[in-house]
Amino acid sequence: MIKAILMFNNHGKPRLSKFYEHYTKDTEQQIIRETFHLVSKRDENVCNFLEGGMLIGGSDYKLIYRHYATLYFVFCVDSSESELGILDLIQVFVETLDKCFENVCELDLIFHVDKVHNILAEMVMGGMVLETNMNEIITQVDAQNKMEKSEAGIAGAPARAVSAVKNMKLPEMPRNINIGDINIKVPNLPSFK
Amino acid sequence: MSYVGEKTLTALPSLLSLDSQPGPAKLSSTSKLGNLIRGITELTSKHEEEKLIQRELESIKEQVSSPNTSMRQMKELMVRAIYCESLGYEASFVYIHAIKLAQQGTALEKRVGYLAVSLFLNESHELLLLLVNTVLKDLQSTNLIEVCMALTVVSQIFPKEMIPAILPLVEEKLNHPKEIIRRKAVLALYKFYLIAPNQVQHIHNKFRKALCDKDPGVMTASLHIYLQMIQENPEGYKDLTGSFVNILKQVVGGKLPIDFNYHSVPAPWLQIHLLRILSFLGKNDLRTSELIYEVLDESLRRAEMNRNITYAILYECVKCIYTIHPKSNLLEKAAKCIGNFVLSPDINLKYLGLKALTYVIQQDPKMALQHQMTIIECLDHPDLIIKRETLELLFRITNAQNVVVIVEKMLEFLQNSPDDYTTIDLVGKVAELAEKYAPDNEWFIETMNTVFSLGGDTMQPDIPNSFLKLLSEGFDSVEEDRKLRLFAVDSYVSLLQGETRKLPQCFLQVISWVLGEYSHLSEDHNRSTVLRLLEKLLDMKQTSSETKCWILMAMTKLCEGTAGVCVAQQVSETYISSMDTVLRQRAQELQHLSQDSELREEVLPRDSGLDPMEIDSSLSFLDEFVSGALAAGAAPYKPPHQRQEELAEAKVLSLEPYGLALPISMSSCSITDRHSPTPLSMSSGLSGDSTDVSHRAGLKLDGVQRVWGRDGYLAKKESVEEAAPVQGLTPVHSPSLQNEGDGSHSQTPTPTPTPEPDREKEQLASSLFFGVSSQSSVCLMGKPDSTFNRRRKAKVQAPGVTEQLSSSVAPVSNAVDNLLCNNLQDSNINSVSAASSKQTCELSPRVPAANGTCNTDCGLPESDRKRSNLSISRDNGLVDADSALSEDQGSRSDLCPSSYLPAELCGLYRSEIAPLCTAHSLELSACHVHQGDDMILIIFISNSSDSQVLQIRLDLKSEQLKVTCVSDSSVENIKSHTVAVYQYSLAVKRPGVDVEVDGTLSFLLPAGTPQTKHFSYKLPLTAFIRPLLISTEEYGTMWLGFSHEVKQNLTLVDDGCEPLTFTLNLLKNRLQLHLVEIIGLEGILACRLLQNQPCLMHCRVHAGALAVWLRSPVPELPDCLVYHCQRVLQEK
Repeated sequence: MIKAILMFNNHGKPRLSKFYEHYTKDTEQQIIRETFHLVSKRDENVCNFLEGGMLIGGSDYKLIYRHYATLYFVFCVDSSESELGILDLIQVFVETLDKCFENVCELDLIFHVDKVHNILAEMVMGGMVLETNMNEIITQVDAQNKMEKSEAGIAGAPARAVSAVKNMKLPEMPRNINIGDINIKVPNLPSFK
Repeated sequence: MSYVGEKTLTALPSLLSLDSQPGPAKLSSTSKLGNLIRGITELTSKHEEEKLIQRELESIKEQVSSPNTSMRQMKELMVRAIYCESLGYEASFVYIHAIKLAQQGTALEKRVGYLAVSLFLNESHELLLLLVNTVLKDLQSTNLIEVCMALTVVSQIFPKEMIPAILPLVEEKLNHPKEIIRRKAVLALYKFYLIAPNQVQHIHNKFRKALCDKDPGVMTASLHIYLQMIQENPEGYKDLTGSFVNILKQVVGGKLPIDFNYHSVPAPWLQIHLLRILSFLGKNDLRTSELIYEVLDESLRRAEMNRNITYAILYECVKCIYTIHPKSNLLEKAAKCIGNFVLSPDINLKYLGLKALTYVIQQDPKMALQHQMTIIECLDHPDLIIKRETLELLFRITNAQNVVVIVEKMLEFLQNSPDDYTTIDLVGKVAELAEKYAPDNEWFIETMNTVFSLGGDTMQPDIPNSFLKLLSEGFDSVEEDRKLRLFAVDSYVSLLQGETRKLPQCFLQVISWVLGEYSHLSEDHNRSTVLRLLEKLLDMKQTSSETKCWILMAMTKLCEGTAGVCVAQQVSETYISSMDTVLRQRAQELQHLSQDSELREEVLPRDSGLDPMEIDSSLSFLDEFVSGALAAGAAPYKPPHQRQEELAEAKVLSLEPYGLALPISMSSCSITDRHSPTPLSMSSGLSGDSTDVSHRAGLKLDGVQRVWGRDGYLAKKESVEEAAPVQGLTPVHSPSLQNEGDGSHSQTPTPTPTPEPDREKEQLASSLFFGVSSQSSVCLMGKPDSTFNRRRKAKVQAPGVTEQLSSSVAPVSNAVDNLLCNNLQDSNINSVSAASSKQTCELSPRVPAANGTCNTDCGLPESDRKRSNLSISRDNGLVDADSALSEDQGSRSDLCPSSYLPAELCGLYRSEIAPLCTAHSLELSACHVHQGDDMILIIFISNSSDSQVLQIRLDLKSEQLKVTCVSDSSVENIKSHTVAVYQYSLAVKRPGVDVEVDGTLSFLLPAGTPQTKHFSYKLPLTAFIRPLLISTEEYGTMWLGFSHEVKQNLTLVDDGCEPLTFTLNLLKNRLQLHLVEIIGLEGILACRLLQNQPCLMHCRVHAGALAVWLRSPVPELPDCLVYHCQRVLQEK
């Protein structure tokens, strides 16, 4: 399970922090500081895994991080997650951000912290990895952005437009084109024979 | 900073133009956020930032509480509040507004509201209750986005006690036509399962349905649940193994749509998940593992592209292979993979490779040898994480031979080291290693000094405590103890004479205790010097009041002589007015003592030494209790950090079907165990090989690459040579083995670590890995507790602890054996062998006795189980013999006891009838009959005289057996020329090599004089042994559960072709054991002692002998059984 996702810049300014486990506000800030302290000390050509960090829970926990230009992306995970898997997940996250913001930079993340959170929510839900496919995440986020745009015009729009938007459905997922084509066979479970 | 500022300015206009939402409100609030951010980046001090944010929060507060603020403005305010909170400033006044926004806003505003709620609040926040209704409403909404938001927030934070309110709605969503909703519902339910497992118990079937969902995404989500549940209870989901394997097969086979690919690898995260699940399912389960092998092989084969993510899959495969029931060809591939990881230039892969090695190394120390040069390189790696992982690995292979080098490396690392977390962890490890394997006193004390000064006050408190305990308890000999303490005192005195300012408090406490307790041992330093030094400590500013108490207590112990008393009085006067109560109390005590010389004489007698007066800090008065508990099977005490360590290790991997529980005792022997499904997979003379390595004292790099072959572990060349005697015994067997070894060697060109490193590294390697394989040979000798050692042993060998005796077996040959392995193991073996030879002396008188009495012929001629169903006619044959005997003695043949055998016992297997004693005209004889699970003792009393014998009483008693009378023994009178039959049922109370029943016969002669006669009946323990029909898996689990173990080398009986099979069959038939399985050069047998006390036996051909381990829950049983095995084989 993912315990926390942290983003901060080279100076340790938090840019995004999402905790999937409860800590007090003070502890959260301490964790961010400690993590920054641990991560920023490391050279570029060392491994992307770090163990420990007292606050976040000792030896069972790992910090897996990547450094992009001015930003650190740190995932704090427990032993049930695959290290390399998470490393690639960070890559997926960053690529997605890049697509959504068209050449993402640190400022995008500051000004659109809610959007970043929404993108993250499509990828990780309650500490569990929900989606790892970039296109899928973008589809979901786009659907929501569309709603945002149409809702923006609602202000003075007639009531029927409002109801039209309210009842708007998400677009069909590309993967659902033809269920029959998906060759994963339903496992034969005794209870469903 | 300036860079960021610039960027801000350039980015702002474009940001505004990108914003498609017109309207003055929007614009102004965005610019407000923009202003805020710009303002903050321009600030130079934390204080100014604080002021700015406070101002910002004030303005937000004002606006949110204004009734005129629209929901849209509220949304913008919320984003600003989120920003402030993320910088660590509390904005609790907006929480309620966040909930309101989630409640009342349009879909978009709602989203921000929910986001703010999930960022601001936690699961137990009281405001959350206000959210429940909103969530309920949104779950029922027709707008899918609202449903999604509700599900997201539910999985993020939701009050536990409110779950029932929304559970039905979430469950309903499992049938939703949109897959994204189903997926989120599955994860929400998983979250419920995590926080309140009881509440979702009833929907396990729905989880199954989610697993079968037509959309792979939903199925993937459901794996989260299964991973968790299977980890908790693998037994409950074995039936799903096939399904998981099936799914993985299809994924690996590329059956998923192309958009599941990531870097052209099909659904890698899904694969990782499935592999994890499978490894939980296959753990310690041969049958399930067999289902998994194929797909693992396939995964390994497919994952060969050089992508980061394929390595993730490979790593999971390797872990899975080492977790499930082992299979040799997979193990070989996995070992190769680990090699690739470790040798990889990619540092992340190197890290994972080291991790994998650390897992594996406990089972297979040879893997370390294989990669030793890489490990050495990693030790000097610039990355601290890699270095630490390497030290972790070395920690697992530490033994008495390499401890000095490894600890040195660890301390070196500690000295340059980094954070508290690492320090605490490593300091604990060093202390543990030092306690376990210290080669000498000086080293031990010096190492511990470094530990204390480096570890400082962050380290676990049980390290100084156990160190002091060790000092005070002592171990081997009085003289040794004295030296150790003396050395400690000297070292501390010289430490105190130097710079003391930097010493951590807990070290000072240790020092003062030791000085107080033992400085009398030192002749160089008189007490007043020591007192002065302590006084200096007291005056130091840094010394905490707790430490001061320790120092005062030490002074109290040392207060003596005029100089001492003078110092003491000075000190006590200073501290008697201290604010600290404890300190004041100590000072009072000290003052009192220093003023009263008589009291001093009494409390601290000068000449007699302090020892008799010492407080028994070793709690030796509990020794009896402890030894009693140990004898009764209780586990020996382990300090907390060791327990933790073991727990952590237990979590890691358990590869053996039935291995020794302690991690360090994992051995190459267990590696071979793991090949059990494939016949012939054992390599001969493995243990011989490992001893060999240890004898050579250095390392041969050239032999390294041969370790793995097609059938898994291969013996090295040397070992084949050494195994020559075995070959002589097994002419059929070994050539094939050799061929196989050669063949596989040529087939698998394992990457050879090019042996060209400089001398220095090679030397380091040989010192680091010295004894790594001899360690495994220690295990081969069946010493499960090879961790206990010179220092720990002190506790175990406390007088009165007899348990150890039972763990070694009597015969002299064993002593020789032990002597042989002395040079492999450290000194503790000496004591064991001494113990065993001591026991030999005890036992030896018994051995001839057992052979010499009439009872030898009672020893069952259990030549063949079939013959045991003796027919009546054979019985008659026996009867004839018996009657002939009785005729010789002048009695009448019609009194032959066997014809009086109770009808229900006829036809059952019984021993011959043996005469017990005669008394006047009465003759006693007895036999024992196997009646199912009962053992019946039958005593015949025949009266050969012409007159009746009256008032016959038969009393049986035994210390080893429980005797219950079966027949009505009320037969009091025996008429002339008749036989009375008494039946007793026997059960073993305390097993012995032979068990004996003592009896007293009393009767009245016709003349009226009472007579008594004593007799005894001895029967071998084997009479109570029955085969225990179990499978190999059951054997595996049972083996781990049993605490009493005995090992012994027996002679191998050679019938010309298959000595092992022949010998084991011989044992099986003679002793009525159950032969569970023979695999290659090893075999396992099981039996039980009536009624139901199992004993397991593991045999292994080793250097022409049969090494046997027996384990049982009954302390004496393995011992006795091994004796009988020996006899059977000797007779042969």
